[in-house]
Amino acid sequence: MSAELLLVQALNGLQFGVLLFLVAAGLTLVFGVMDFINLAHGVQYMLGAYFGATLAAATGSFWLGLLLALPAALAAGLALELLVFRHLYGRDHLAQVLATFGVILFLNEGVKLAWGAAPLQMPVPPLLEGGVALMPGLQYPVYRLAILAAGLATALLLWVLVDRTRAGMLVRAGATHPDIVAALGVDIRRLFLLVFAFGAMLAGFAGAMAAPVLSVEPGMGDAPLILAFVVIVIGGIGSIRGAFVASLLVGLMDTLGRAALPDLLRLFLAPSPARQAGAAIASMLVYILMAAVLAVRPAGLFPARAG
Amino acid sequence: MTTPRLGRRRLLATAAACGLAAPHVARAQAQAVRIGFVTVLTGPQAALGTQLRDGFQLGLRHLEGRLGGRPAEVLVIDDELKPDVAVTKVRAALERDKVDFVVGVVFSNILQAVFRPVTEASTFLISTNAGPSPFAGRGCSPYFFAVSYNNDQVHATMGQVAQDEGYRRVFILVPNYQAGRDAVAGFKSRFRGEIADEAYVPLTQLDFSAELARIAAARPDALFTFMPGGLGVNLVRQYRQAGLAHIPFLSTFTVDEATLPAQGEAALGFLHAAVWAPNLDNEQNRRFVRDFEAQYGYIPATYAAQSYDGAMLLDSAIRKTGGDLADKAAVRRALEAAEFRSVRGNFRFGPNHFPVQDFWLCRVARRADGRFQTEAVRKVLESSADPYAGECRMRTG
Repeated sequence: MSAELLLVQALNGLQFGVLLFLVAAGLTLVFGVMDFINLAHGVQYMLGAYFGATLAAATGSFWLGLLLALPAALAAGLALELLVFRHLYGRDHLAQVLATFGVILFLNEGVKLAWGAAPLQMPVPPLLEGGVALMPGLQYPVYRLAILAAGLATALLLWVLVDRTRAGMLVRAGATHPDIVAALGVDIRRLFLLVFAFGAMLAGFAGAMAAPVLSVEPGMGDAPLILAFVVIVIGGIGSIRGAFVASLLVGLMDTLGRAALPDLLRLFLAPSPARQAGAAIASMLVYILMAAVLAVRPAGLFPARAG
Repeated sequence: MTTPRLGRRRLLATAAACGLAAPHVARAQAQAVRIGFVTVLTGPQAALGTQLRDGFQLGLRHLEGRLGGRPAEVLVIDDELKPDVAVTKVRAALERDKVDFVVGVVFSNILQAVFRPVTEASTFLISTNAGPSPFAGRGCSPYFFAVSYNNDQVHATMGQVAQDEGYRRVFILVPNYQAGRDAVAGFKSRFRGEIADEAYVPLTQLDFSAELARIAAARPDALFTFMPGGLGVNLVRQYRQAGLAHIPFLSTFTVDEATLPAQGEAALGFLHAAVWAPNLDNEQNRRFVRDFEAQYGYIPATYAAQSYDGAMLLDSAIRKTGGDLADKAAVRRALEAAEFRSVRGNFRFGPNHFPVQDFWLCRVARRADGRFQTEAVRKVLESSADPYAGECRMRTG
């Protein structure tokens, strides 16, 4: 593999990682601060993509679609919180998993009733069309660089919000010592609602940003959800910094594994089994990474909750 | 378990849609032909299943709700793309609802699951899409017919195209599961050139950027790929965005009318092999496409066209036996005769109950109304029989 190709693959990995971060950030906040397992986070990502695609088609503008998808995703998240999740905070994790899994089934079918089973498309905005030639024969799409930039900007914004504001302080305190925070007179319900709404909006933003690259279809949120759980487990539940580092790790590991493993295995195996075994091992890599991290640091890389 | 109730409700809807009497009345008429129509209506592949169902229902509509002169009653069964679910529901249709035919099935793994329960009950199973090789060869059955194709033939057609075009180095990109590996084998069966590289991706792949960079680095003469459903939507858009569209995109089940609404302009000019395309020029096909779009508001794909042919085949066979379904040998002979006019034009059954038909190279084009469809460019294989027909020993009697 040439140095150029390696560079491009590393960029691909970072870009995929940043997209994962957008999904995982909301999930880790909700899980860490509220101790609430929200399997429906993936369908909120899907809803964001559907809102983005629909609103972009209705307004004729990608930017308006993206902008309007945020309040729409927020509204959908709040509706879910009021109707379903609010009643689950006091329950144990099994009840939460069952109920939010039900929400997945319900919304996947609901989306199909509303938009049909065929995938939708959201066009890339003219401003971000085209590509940069990073290596001969390959145009690196400008839109993917925009995803990278948007993800990094979101990470920075989150860092400022969580580390530098009063609300962020409460969120951090809520993640580590929820009982004390409540005892100090903070309305923990309102804090939860705020965190949840923000998480829903982040998932919706990720969905809308991914819509021009990925297929907008029922069930599109299921695969990112699983990866997002891997990310927050590696990073440490409730930790934004952990989610960021773990997202990039998972993105790089997955992409570089897929790119390099078949070639590496060819050193020991015949070409045909090397290709298939390489592909199979590459798809396991992130889980192997998770197992390795958990073996060394059971609470993840950056545990939010001490002890 | 929602199985029976869902089935009933769909039955009601179907009967109403076909302009039949209410089902309890229909059931009172002893002479109704009962069809168990198996398709996938939930999950990410539901778009294909909807095509399959709508094609069959348009056929029935054109036949005024009758098959061979007898009223038809259709029980739509959602297999949920789960073999165990499909078997449970199909058994119920056979034993409780006493269906005369089981028709449909999008995916090979579902067909393989319901194959024995149906054929061992001496009931005819008519696939309008899935065509796995075992049932074309040693595993062929007197109770099984495929109105569609054998999977290998479609991939082999693309191999022939690559050979005809004189491509020397082809890059292959497929999902890492049985059908993906079959696609590679089918393609290689007719392509004699060099394989630049083969990339296998998991079925849950979202982002193809790593593979696209490998393709760019390998600089092949063409790409061959098989990426059904949402996989194909992602690949096609990312391929175009990566500026690789100058490398010819040879595909099977990747760009068709089920995915084109989402791929749109990104798929323009991409190539695909199929047994049928909306622009095939025959009277039967013009009527099918026109009425299908008017009825369902979207462009039919091969799934719908094959299902439509399935309805016409049943009609012709039941008419030929005079409506008598008790004499299985007579029904089988009537089905084998295939005395109907296919939307594909050239169609007959080989000795293994798989079609002998033409295979086309198709290209994605934009229609005058701005929508996208595949259009037949040229006939690649003429009256082609599948490679397994010789292995089939049909035990009739």
